[in-house]
Amino acid sequence: MASLAGRSIVSIKDLSKEEILSVLGKADRLKINPEPRLLEGMVLGSCFFEPSTRTRLSFETAMSKLGGKVVGFADGAVTSAKKGETMWDSMRIIGQYVDVIAMRHPLEGAARRASEATNKPVLNGGDGANQHPTQTLLDLFTIRECQGRIDGLDIALVGDLKYGRTTHSLAQALTHFNVRLHFVAPDSLQMPDYICEELKNAGVEFHIYDKMEDVINEVDIFYLTRIQGERFPDQMEYERIKNVFRLKKEMLSDVRNNLKIMHPLPRVNELDEKIDDTSHAYYFEEAQNGLFVRQALIASVLGKI
Amino acid sequence: MEQKTLSVSAIKDGTVIDHISAGHALKIVRLLDLASHKQVVTIGLNLPSGSLGVKDIIKVAGKELSEEEADRVAMFAPQGTVNIIKDFQVVKKFNTRLPSLITHIIVCPNPKCITNHEAIETKFKTIGNNGQLKLQCHYCEKIFLQSDILEYKNN
Repeated sequence: MASLAGRSIVSIKDLSKEEILSVLGKADRLKINPEPRLLEGMVLGSCFFEPSTRTRLSFETAMSKLGGKVVGFADGAVTSAKKGETMWDSMRIIGQYVDVIAMRHPLEGAARRASEATNKPVLNGGDGANQHPTQTLLDLFTIRECQGRIDGLDIALVGDLKYGRTTHSLAQALTHFNVRLHFVAPDSLQMPDYICEELKNAGVEFHIYDKMEDVINEVDIFYLTRIQGERFPDQMEYERIKNVFRLKKEMLSDVRNNLKIMHPLPRVNELDEKIDDTSHAYYFEEAQNGLFVRQALIASVLGKI
Repeated sequence: MEQKTLSVSAIKDGTVIDHISAGHALKIVRLLDLASHKQVVTIGLNLPSGSLGVKDIIKVAGKELSEEEADRVAMFAPQGTVNIIKDFQVVKKFNTRLPSLITHIIVCPNPKCITNHEAIETKFKTIGNNGQLKLQCHYCEKIFLQSDILEYKNN
């Protein structure tokens, strides 16, 4: 297995199965044994060209809790991009100041481009609708944590599967494992053909549904995502689907005991707040795990663990 | 004696790019900037072809196409043949080969791709060459059919 030291993580496909498992193992260790001085003297450039709450704060907290420092910005409008500077120039310069960069950018491919502009490792915190590999790693970590394994599980991916980058990356990452996938979405928002083709090529079994009720009792993980109104050309259709794609507490009466509900958050109305207190809710733990996975990733690309 | 009629006139010295997929010759002209070539360039469109049914052909006087240039045009002529002509004789003949990475010439059809917002040399991985060529953008990672590509850059 190649070392992650010095490497950028732009796409989940940049990582082999062994490398993914290695990051998850390091996150496990950091969750149990914090390392508050591991990255002393090192600086993270937190370059968020578009707003983010969980991803940015968890990257920054991850660096701080390992003893490193953080510089950066939370809005592209305050950078030289507003003066017309290219992203390439910005990242090349920032790379001369810091040891590692976490970034989010509204344009697809921006993180790959940034990784070519600087020789410092770039961790992609989301590039448009393209990739968000740290979300995928924390999702895998969370699945393994709450079920004790990944292989052999029935996993439902639910909601906007057409445009949702988290579900695309998670499905791609799960091709490394022996799982059965269940895709639940309105017809117009089903998983794109190219992902289904990748799954077929990898020999992953998957099934397609248009109602949550058809599958909720048959799965170990129910990974729910938000359906975004702006994706719908017809707002009436959105209003209808929004109300159909809503997970309510009463739908959990016959589910498997070990079922865990995950959600990349933020939620709007697709996930009933009454579920929060049930043993099936695991989305807040999922969000917290982002911290340990990002610690593991930052420390790995800096060659410190 | 059998009499052959040439649809496109012969050249003394230069290159014949043959077996171009019908309808693509003008894209190759743009790609290789042959409109700026100082000598005769002859283009044949929709010529009958035994192997392709119909084909395009380009004859360029006074220019020897390199194998690297031939590979660049391969996406428009996956079954193309390149004949180097000296004194009316074919002195070298080779097939175009689709490279695994096509740099510069494709404009990414994804309007949200970074390559459409900053001056970047585009890179596309070629996927599968049996029948249906697919191209994946190195940056936005989207996969396109060749027919999805709406615009090409020339030199």
